[in-house]
Amino acid sequence: MVGPSPQLNSSAFLALEDGSLFRGLTLGCVGETEGELVFNTSHAGYQEILTDPSYKRQIICMAFPPMGNYSFTEDAAESGGVHVAGFIVADSSRVTSHGRGGLTLDEYLRRHNVVGMTGVDTRAIVRRVRTRGAMRAVISSVSNDPAALVNRARGASAMAGADLVRELEHDRAIRVVPPGGKIPFALLECGVKQGIVDSLVRRDCRVTIFPSDSKAQDLLASMPAGVLLSNGPGDPAALPGIVTEVRALIGKVPIFGICLGHQLLGLAAGGKTYKLPFGHRGGNHPVLDLRTNAIVITSQNHGFAVDVDSLPEGTIATETNLYDGTNEGIELVGRQAFSVQYHPEARPGPLESAERFERFLEMVGKHA
Amino acid sequence: MPRRTDISSILLIGAGPIIIGQACEFDYSGTQAAKALKREGYRVILVNSNPATIMTDPEMADATYIEPLTVESVEKIIAIEKPDAIISTMGGQTALNLAKGLHEAGVLDRHGVKLIGAGFEAIRKGEDREAFRVVCSEAGVEVPRAVVARTIEDGLRISADLSYPVVLRPAFTLGGTGSGIARSEDELRSMLGIGLLASPVGEVLVEECLLGWLEYELEVMRDAADRCVVICVIENVDPMGVHTGDSVTVAPAMTLSDHLYQKMRDASFAIMRGVGVETGGSNVQFALQPGTGRIVAIEMNPRVSRSSALASKATGFPIAKIAALLAAGYLLDEIDNDITGRTKAAFEPALDYVVTKIPRFAFEKFKEADQTLTTSMKSVGEVMAIGRNFPESLQKALRGLEIGRNGLAADGKGLDAVTRVMVKKDGDDPVRREFTQEVLYKIKMPNCDRLFNIKYALMLGVAAEEIATLSGIDIWFICQIERLVDFEAVVAREGLDDTRLAEAKRLGYSDAQLDFLSGPDSAAGSTRNRRTAAGIERVYKCVDTCAGEFEAVTPYFYGTFGDETEAVPSGREAVMILGSGPNRIGQGIEFDCCCCHAAYALREDGYEVVMVNSNPETVSTDYDTSDKLFFEPVVVEDVLDIGKATNAVGAIVSIGGQTPLSIAHGIEAGGIRILGTSVASIDRAEDRELFATLVHKLGLKQPANATVRGIEDALRVAGKIGYPILVRPSYVLGGRAMQVAYSESELRLLAQEALDASDGRPLLIDQYLDQALEADVDALSDGRATAIAGVMEHVEPAGIHSGDSAGSFPAYTFSPDIVERMKDATRKFAKELEVCGLINVQFAVKGGEIYVIEVNPRASRTVPFLEKATGVKWAGAAARVMMGRTLADLKITDGDPRGYFYIKEVVLPFNRFENVDPVLSPEMKSTGEVMGIGLTFAEAYLKAQLAAGNRLPKRGGVLLTITDRDKEPAVALARDLSSLGFDLFGTPGTSKFMSGQGVPVGAIGKIHEGSSEIIDRILRGDISLVINTRDSRKAANDARRIDRAALNHSVPVYSTLRAASAMTEALKIYCRSGAGEPVRLQKIGGHSPTFQRSE
Ligand SMILES: Nc1ncnc2c1ncn2[C@@H]1O[C@H](COP(=O)(O)OP(=O)(O)O)[C@@H](O)[C@H]1O
Ligand SMILES: Nc1ncnc2c1ncn2[C@@H]1O[C@H](COP(=O)(O)OP(=O)(O)O)[C@@H](O)[C@H]1O
Ligand SMILES: [Mg+2]
Ligand SMILES: [Mg+2]
Repeated sequence: MVGPSPQLNSSAFLALEDGSLFRGLTLGCVGETEGELVFNTSHAGYQEILTDPSYKRQIICMAFPPMGNYSFTEDAAESGGVHVAGFIVADSSRVTSHGRGGLTLDEYLRRHNVVGMTGVDTRAIVRRVRTRGAMRAVISSVSNDPAALVNRARGASAMAGADLVRELEHDRAIRVVPPGGKIPFALLECGVKQGIVDSLVRRDCRVTIFPSDSKAQDLLASMPAGVLLSNGPGDPAALPGIVTEVRALIGKVPIFGICLGHQLLGLAAGGKTYKLPFGHRGGNHPVLDLRTNAIVITSQNHGFAVDVDSLPEGTIATETNLYDGTNEGIELVGRQAFSVQYHPEARPGPLESAERFERFLEMVGKHA
Repeated sequence: MPRRTDISSILLIGAGPIIIGQACEFDYSGTQAAKALKREGYRVILVNSNPATIMTDPEMADATYIEPLTVESVEKIIAIEKPDAIISTMGGQTALNLAKGLHEAGVLDRHGVKLIGAGFEAIRKGEDREAFRVVCSEAGVEVPRAVVARTIEDGLRISADLSYPVVLRPAFTLGGTGSGIARSEDELRSMLGIGLLASPVGEVLVEECLLGWLEYELEVMRDAADRCVVICVIENVDPMGVHTGDSVTVAPAMTLSDHLYQKMRDASFAIMRGVGVETGGSNVQFALQPGTGRIVAIEMNPRVSRSSALASKATGFPIAKIAALLAAGYLLDEIDNDITGRTKAAFEPALDYVVTKIPRFAFEKFKEADQTLTTSMKSVGEVMAIGRNFPESLQKALRGLEIGRNGLAADGKGLDAVTRVMVKKDGDDPVRREFTQEVLYKIKMPNCDRLFNIKYALMLGVAAEEIATLSGIDIWFICQIERLVDFEAVVAREGLDDTRLAEAKRLGYSDAQLDFLSGPDSAAGSTRNRRTAAGIERVYKCVDTCAGEFEAVTPYFYGTFGDETEAVPSGREAVMILGSGPNRIGQGIEFDCCCCHAAYALREDGYEVVMVNSNPETVSTDYDTSDKLFFEPVVVEDVLDIGKATNAVGAIVSIGGQTPLSIAHGIEAGGIRILGTSVASIDRAEDRELFATLVHKLGLKQPANATVRGIEDALRVAGKIGYPILVRPSYVLGGRAMQVAYSESELRLLAQEALDASDGRPLLIDQYLDQALEADVDALSDGRATAIAGVMEHVEPAGIHSGDSAGSFPAYTFSPDIVERMKDATRKFAKELEVCGLINVQFAVKGGEIYVIEVNPRASRTVPFLEKATGVKWAGAAARVMMGRTLADLKITDGDPRGYFYIKEVVLPFNRFENVDPVLSPEMKSTGEVMGIGLTFAEAYLKAQLAAGNRLPKRGGVLLTITDRDKEPAVALARDLSSLGFDLFGTPGTSKFMSGQGVPVGAIGKIHEGSSEIIDRILRGDISLVINTRDSRKAANDARRIDRAALNHSVPVYSTLRAASAMTEALKIYCRSGAGEPVRLQKIGGHSPTFQRSE
């Protein structure tokens, strides 16, 4: 149960494209990694975060200092692998709680080849990202040359314009889960979290998962009662191919988009997306439903947003983020399509917005 | 939705005196609520019996009443003020129960007042254990197996199919009053008796015992549009079975996965909705079975609580303030988040630090008390600390706790030293093994030293898993302590180089601990100097509600070690006010009041006020009170660093009680200017030898005394002075370890005890002034002029600690000449000591002489009381004087009672400590105080008694058991009681004597004479008042049993003749015309009310 402590003596550097440098200790693999540095304010749920495909090519800095306090479990995995480019914590635990044994955070990261960093002033990093925006960064536990690391960070590819959906190595085959489910759904897989699939399955759905390069008619051919556009990594504006297919689905079948799926629907409806300075990542963002005045506290993970002002007639903003007024949901009026920016499947985060799945099923029921 | 317009005036009910389980936190919540509602334009009416509160400052409300929190008194206030609504969720269990009482007595209906926030039904469903269970099962939340008992027999019968141990939980109580764990039928029987009495509705839940389950609390808020948010989740380090108030707790939860946490979160919303709390904050408690993840609901409080105060300080989210606004009809997204200034209150705070709360106990005051922690709360205060990891947070909290440690051991004190010797021995060494067993035993039983013992066990090589199993504390916490053990082992092997020094500071070690760890003759010099040289400086980070996601505009800081500091000097003239740390007996809310008043005054004068304190319950640690709040331990190291970080011109050390005063030397030596009375003057008052010279020089008298360093010395001196003799250590507060010796053999014993408590400092031997009267005088001086704030005459004679004795302002039996002489002496002290600020002098009066008992060149416990009684903000003025203002310029003259009598009465925690003799002595034991205001002494005393919760009877039996020397003077009061219609009973001697004087007093046998008739009669309810004047020289066993029986049955006891006489005078009013008319504070002294009700 008590794992080895993080290699106390080996130091690691975090170098940012603006020249900032932070020194900490190695966590996970010894090596070097690059990506976009972002922060997440969740207190727990690190396994869900590590395995969420939307974090592809991002280095996550956890704002809450102690991490790795409880054990990793199979049900907390959001996908088959770990997708983050790097993981930064202030205080990595060397033991897990509730007598449940298993891997420590350090061991888990090593097993999944993640270069991480611990023992660093994460609040200083968060503040840097907050004031200067998400930046390209490098973590290295092998280099002693900060200047070179800063240069490498500057050379890393940018998030804006990045098509990362294509880079996700997922199963190209069409899968159906569970074979026995009742209501047939099609899911366009752009890096889906298991939580979304589970949320549908739990509601008696049979989900046919289509790879992201599928055509609209392939999806429609499966005679789905509804289509779900999944979450995923990267810049939605770099996915014109997918947007075209989504556009072809509108009006033909009820559509529900989540996160990247929301942005795709917005683009397909004729709107625009833009990059947020440092995004929303955490489990405490308040979202107001503009029609019911209800507030849900949501799970969030996105760096891009739908530009409300760009929405064409017939597409309305339905939900808004009470922190910064950014868009959290849209609906294509009369066309059976809506989407949310946050994660109603939670994992990690508050569960109350799961009600959105019910809304989708209701819409589907009416359609049928 | 804008604020409610159907109501325009709101009555806010306070929590009354500080008791175990209900402390300053309700002043914090009440003050926040009053301020918020007033700002919204409501007419606020406030009632609280506790004068030492900020909420009862006249400017906090439109109409303020310091009156008993009884249905009778509050109905009178309602009749006068005609409020539209009542908020009862800010004043703890007291206010909630009072609201329930008002509803049941029909008062609310009669006057058309509604309860807002939580209605009657919600209060009932939350507090009635059975109703709560129904709510939970309807909400789909599991509860432990349990049955509700209303009689003992009932309880035994219905709980037959639960297996022992079982937990008893009375309804409508607080702090686990009357609760406990029964391990057998016998225990269940006796505990049921106590529990049924403790519950105001006579209901006890007998429940399956979830020992070893983990305990969590969620602070939940709901608005009128049914939006729910969790403000904070608090995890108890001590598992179920130890009251949350007595547990070490952390926030947020450390060991919960997101999955388990979200389950609890959803359950807490379901419960809040089920209970029907319309708006406001609630606290929901859960138990979790480790391994299986089973979650059961334990209880919910439909009000703000101690935990919500903690949660507010831990997150920066002001729960009480928001709850008040929600009750007024606002919605969460209409209320600003003050900390960020740009977001709204509709969110859940994210933390990026670890908060630890540690309770503070007072077992040193209650030697016979069982120190095992259980479901009934025993702690008297708490400290909170913020760090970037658990070890840092924990060590900071321990440092702030003022238990003589600088962190988690590593100081060579107590068992730390022994353990360090033991670990050098062989693992098989029998001495080491025996010691290890002893330590493990102490880990098994929950107690306040458990975390220390866990560390010792780890040092001795016991496996973390074994300790986790033994204690029920989660392995995660044990391993966090193990980090310290491992670190110290490395330091012992390899020394403390600069890298390791930095690591040590990140783990929360204090400089003092590191001095110890690096060895006495460390070549590298003191840790502090080394740190400065190596640039390892403390940085300050903001508590910002959002883990850095938004910029914080409210400077609420904690110290840690890291790359970046967020506290930068503003360039304004900054003044540090040092707070009083955790509440303890002898130092509580009174000093926090003084600190707040000082802060308000200096802010008004344009200074930048920097508050330093570690007590989460307080108003001083509200981010609203100061310009910059540093939530830090009030110890030299941390204060010096804050001084640097703020560029403060100096520190005020003389209004926060003994805590800041005791570090005055240290911080002055570290380069911080002490504002106000000089350290040298403080020494002249505190050092007894210097003090004796001072008294002599001023031509005043003091009881014959001497300072001794050993037992033989003590005996010799006592022989010269003559017995009885008072023994006490120097430099302690609250009469700590002070005792009266009537003979040489007693002195021998007591002197040893005192020596142990005084940490190497000398002992004081005083002539004990038997049967003397006592007075407290408070004054304010600017170095030249002195204004007397007030002379308070004690009701109880000298020999009962000033903090435990009732007091009257103005004096009620002293001649004007005596009062003048005391004032005069006080002025002399002020002048001679060049006091700049407040001074408190205690006198004993005997045979027309005044004797000086002590001089405290600082704010005293009585200052807030006198502020209310005189209408002058003495502590605020003191702070101004320290910054150079004069009395003349502040227009301050002697305090004036303005036509009223003000009586202070105290409340004592004996009901928490079953084995303790409930007797008053020179050692202070009370936890809090109330005030009664009346046109006569008797009326004020009556109100004070009722406010203190003494259930005075209007008829029934009175038991008299009067010591010989009091018999003669007691005749008059016996006669009075008899003519008021009471049936008098007495122990044989008393009965015979009184009957001989023509007062009929029925005889009952004394207990030790084989009769327990007295006890039986108390149990039967025949006796509703006890006057038991004890002779402290005699074995007090029977007296003690009488007092205890009375206490357990809520029968008031008066143990001195003076108090009994005062009470008799009060009864004369009470029997005739009830509790007396409420007095509106704002009307005293012809002040015109600040708001005229327009009708
Ligand atoms: N069924 C139980 N088994 C074990 N411990 C319990 C049980 N119920 C309550 N406790 C313990 O008793 C404490 C006090 O109980 P609680 O009902 O919360 O009292 P209060 O209302 O005074 O806060 C809790 O904090 C918990 O540690
Ligand atoms: N010489 C004395 N004779 C009788 N009572 C005394 C004497 N000295 C102190 N006391 C009693 O002991 C109490 C505590 O003593 P004090 O010196 O005021 O200690 P503290 O510093 O705890 O306030 C006093 O309030 C008084 O009732
Ligand atoms: Mg409780
Ligand atoms: Mg005193």
